[in-house]
Amino acid sequence: MSPAYLLRRLLAVILVLWIVTIAVFAITMVLPGNAAIMILGEYATPDQVAALEERLGLNRPAAVQYFEWLFNLLQGDLGMSLRLSLPVSEVVGSAFANSAMLAATALVTVTVVAVPLGIFAALKRGTKTDLGISFLAYTGTAMPEFVTATLLLVIFAAPGNPLLPAGGFIPPGESIAGFFHHVILPAGALSFILTAHIARQVRSEMSDVLSSDYIRAARLKGMRERRVVRGHALPNSLAPAVAVISLDIGYLLGGIIVVEEIFAWPGLGRLLILALENRDLPVIQVITLLLAMVYALTNLISDLVIAALDPRVRYE
Amino acid sequence: MSELVRSPTGMVGLALLSVVAVAVVFGSVLAPYDPQAFHPAVRLTGPSAAHWLGTDQFGRDIFSRLLTGASSTILFGVGATALGVLAGSVIGVTAGVVGGWVDSVIMRTLDGLLAVPDLLFTLLIVTFLGGGAGEAMLAVAVAFTPGMARIARSSVLSIRTREYVLAAVARDESQAYIIGQEVIPNAIGPIIVEATIRVSFAIMIGATLGFLGLGAQPPSTEWGLMVAEARQYMYRSPWVVAVPGIAIAVSALGFNLFGDALRDAFVTRGRR
Repeated sequence: MSPAYLLRRLLAVILVLWIVTIAVFAITMVLPGNAAIMILGEYATPDQVAALEERLGLNRPAAVQYFEWLFNLLQGDLGMSLRLSLPVSEVVGSAFANSAMLAATALVTVTVVAVPLGIFAALKRGTKTDLGISFLAYTGTAMPEFVTATLLLVIFAAPGNPLLPAGGFIPPGESIAGFFHHVILPAGALSFILTAHIARQVRSEMSDVLSSDYIRAARLKGMRERRVVRGHALPNSLAPAVAVISLDIGYLLGGIIVVEEIFAWPGLGRLLILALENRDLPVIQVITLLLAMVYALTNLISDLVIAALDPRVRYE
Repeated sequence: MSELVRSPTGMVGLALLSVVAVAVVFGSVLAPYDPQAFHPAVRLTGPSAAHWLGTDQFGRDIFSRLLTGASSTILFGVGATALGVLAGSVIGVTAGVVGGWVDSVIMRTLDGLLAVPDLLFTLLIVTFLGGGAGEAMLAVAVAFTPGMARIARSSVLSIRTREYVLAAVARDESQAYIIGQEVIPNAIGPIIVEATIRVSFAIMIGATLGFLGLGAQPPSTEWGLMVAEARQYMYRSPWVVAVPGIAIAVSALGFNLFGDALRDAFVTRGRR
């Protein structure tokens, strides 16, 4: 892959993020819902509202506000949270780290479970095992996170003698065991639907590989089945698996919002819901931008990984 | 069609969707009790002959609530998807047919919008529209539009170079004729397949919004809202949350299975 290609892809990511800034700004500015009234409460007098709008600069033209916000953003100034009177960077920073830990745990779980499961199902194609895995995978993809989370709570966190805590967060720096104890249920709720989806996709990719001509050729020349699978099928199904996982990261980032809210995990999702309830525009804008950035960058990285895994993929 | 019914996924999907459809159309007629009526003597009871799926925290009959809630839950998904498909198709077909810089601008904008996770996008819109079932439906439709537009566009692009379109161009047919008679009828297959699968996502997002208090509002019997309202009591009587939760999963599963069978029957035909 040429450096020119890499540069072009990076520019594309920047373009995407720029469009996201416009979209986010448009949604938060144009749609009804006055931030000043949200802050002051509905009984605020028009004078108070006007004064606060003046102080926050909300009464200036939208374009002026946008460019000022973008300019500050580019200089690393994310603004002040309207609700918490703290710099957005401070509020979002620790939440981002907490969310990243949750998302990483879920992603590792999903990869470790879903990819082998999908490959196994493909190898057993047409048998009862395959049917069982497919059935589970289909059911799993139909369960929204809040349903899985609620059912997990009922099973594992019922009061009396709960196996796992119903919510909360312990920093791994404080206690590794405590962290894992608290991350199991939220990560489980996040992983369930993704594991199901990715297992299904990997199964179908692997089935395609197994019914391809070069696998038939390898079998025809008398190669042992174990070598066919390990030497030919597996390496060729890795790149599609990475592609599937990277596409699902967008879904994971959405799921995090609900799961963090349910399990009181102090991350971006919970912060976002709080910010939405309070019309805390600077926080909403930064979180949205941050999640879009993570998604765009993971897609880019996964494309690079795919190119490294599969020498046939050539990016010009 | 026969191919569709013969595949096991298609059959199971169709069966599930039939049950769901009956609940949507006849739910309020079939409900044995008034879904809002309190029966204080039987609060949070398990399944019984009188209350097949038990009762909730106010002694309301869960089976009746489930039946009457089917229409708000399912029609939400169908409605949001239909709106999203319509808007997306118009944008996608325009981009694909017009081409040039219009296409580039539309595509780059879509790329940007697609980088925002669906649920986040929906939450942003619904918050600023103000929560409620109608607002939530509109929000999901808007969030679906970029994805559908992309599919519609690629569908149009792959058809534009087919022989029958080239033949129509060679016959000197009008642009409107080519788009209306040749391109759209052939582009619509992949769009319908994608839409069917998306209904299940829309149902799940709608229920999630209801659960978060941003979608359907009480006293609606929308299923996500049912889960949210009963959460306080879930440890005492798990079925209060399990029943609507499973109902959401079953409906989403039905659309998923049926959509996959549609895809196998129409889109990838001849691939294997």
